[in-house]
Amino acid sequence: MTANSFWLAFAVGFWLAAFWANVKLAASAWSERRIVRLVVPALFGITLLVLWEGIVRGLAVPSVILPAPSQIAVRISQSLPILWEDFVQTFVKGALTGYVIGCAAAFLTAIIVDRSPFLQKGLLPVGNFVAALPIIGTAPILVMWFGFDWQSKAAVVTIMVFFPMLVNTVEGLRAAEPIQLELMQTYNASWAQTLTRLRLPAALPFIFNGLKISTTLALIGAIVAEFFGSPIRGMGFRISTEVGRLALDMVWAEIAVAALAGSLFYGAVALIERRLTFWHPSQRRG
Amino acid sequence: MTGEAVHAGTRGGGARGSGRLGRAFAGTMGRALPIFAVVLAIVVLWYLAAFWLNAQWVLDQAERAGRSVGFWEILEKTMSQERPRLPAPHQVVAELWHATLGMKITSKRSLIFHAWVTLAPTLLGFLIGTVTGLLLAVGIVHNRAMDMSVMPWAIASQTIPILAIAPMVIVVLNSVGVTGLVPKALISAYLCFFPVVVGMVKGLRSPDCILLDLMKTYNASRWQVFWKLRLPASMPYFFTSLKVGAAAALIGTIVAELPTGAIRGLGARLLSGSYYGQTIQIWAALFMAAILAAALVGVIGLVQNWVLKRMGFVR
Repeated sequence: MTANSFWLAFAVGFWLAAFWANVKLAASAWSERRIVRLVVPALFGITLLVLWEGIVRGLAVPSVILPAPSQIAVRISQSLPILWEDFVQTFVKGALTGYVIGCAAAFLTAIIVDRSPFLQKGLLPVGNFVAALPIIGTAPILVMWFGFDWQSKAAVVTIMVFFPMLVNTVEGLRAAEPIQLELMQTYNASWAQTLTRLRLPAALPFIFNGLKISTTLALIGAIVAEFFGSPIRGMGFRISTEVGRLALDMVWAEIAVAALAGSLFYGAVALIERRLTFWHPSQRRG
Repeated sequence: MTGEAVHAGTRGGGARGSGRLGRAFAGTMGRALPIFAVVLAIVVLWYLAAFWLNAQWVLDQAERAGRSVGFWEILEKTMSQERPRLPAPHQVVAELWHATLGMKITSKRSLIFHAWVTLAPTLLGFLIGTVTGLLLAVGIVHNRAMDMSVMPWAIASQTIPILAIAPMVIVVLNSVGVTGLVPKALISAYLCFFPVVVGMVKGLRSPDCILLDLMKTYNASRWQVFWKLRLPASMPYFFTSLKVGAAAALIGTIVAELPTGAIRGLGARLLSGSYYGQTIQIWAALFMAAILAAALVGVIGLVQNWVLKRMGFVR
């Protein structure tokens, strides 16, 4: 048995075993336990990695086409400083700044729009329409306006997250029930009091929906904007240049960092959501 | 998408009493007028911004020529520059008109030609993505192991900026010998499948317990429950996710065209425009992309209205 066919057989064998284990676990009496809920998807993910490694080694795929996970891991550990520099440039400066500005602007706009039914009727359809457009296409224009550095990336992100956030927030501000609004009226609550005590809390699930959608959009916007021009650092810059040099292990290392950052960002927002909207049916457990 | 929003807008406004103005324009006028006003406001703002952003160039030019310019001259010149920082709306419309109707479709500079180059992989990717999404959703709804293992990874897969992977996918597929439509279509399919999975899982699970119980009392098989209850019940969700998916597929194709040195397609127009500072060309390509997206979503909306009406969802 050659080493190649051994790797292939091992990967397929691992896959079948994990598949069998997952089916058993999901059908078993413990399938509602927390640990099982974590183990099943984890096993699935590990299986994907093992299959990947096995296929690359077994079929001797050249690393300029698809590097094995182990090669990528080695590359990550060797180039931590570069990865960190790119991460700061793209994620912290570009994506995060734009995310905060865009979401805050959309939130304030939503509250202004909320005061005027006329604006609501006009802006919402337009906002819905714009949210479906390929806004990423404005990236070259914004790079031209704001220069190559992170400011232009933040601007792209701001525009990308603005409309989904606006539509969701306006939708959320309508979520309070008429009977609750009437109760506030009988308390003689002012508009501001109704807003802070009733309507904003009621809108939180929608607002967080917008915030969560925006996390992925922010990262995508910041990376793609770098294709149109950037200083010599940043994840998008690194990916496009390393692809040109066929150094695919470095590209995958950047992708791994991006995926990790994106997942953690999403997870952090989801965690805050769980803390703040524990009362909502979708967050109830058990 | 637009239609629903209009509907939701009137409902939300009505619930709280939309004031004298809202009531006065009830009916169609009440819907069209605010939209028209907002669009008009955007156009006006755009002209102002174009004036403000382009004025500096005019002033610089005048200073270099050693003469002063009056307000009206500045105004006129900001509206007709060849490479403005922000082209005025009428310049973009003129360029769109010229690039679509003003030349042969086969011409390399025709936007219709480029739009078609982008549309074809978008449609293929949309098809692949929708079918994959449907199959995954059916699997997730019917198989617990799949639900528990695939769903978290489907969500995680979307936090990966796939658009960042796009250049590599294309280069790698090219080196293996796969070229043409397929690499772009795969990327748009990847962006498109996720909304379909999420929407359809929700849709296939949307029938009430009482309906599922009824099917059980009929001794219906899983197959029958799927065809007679779950699938029909999921149709509203299906069309909503199709709209999101179509928009995502278009974005995927455009981005797939960016990093590969493509010379055809809307993405390539954006890129070459940004290289050569042809802002009007960028804006025209951008509007063409918007028109494509609106057309795709609009067509799906029409089919949706027709199907849902026939199925009795809308009265």
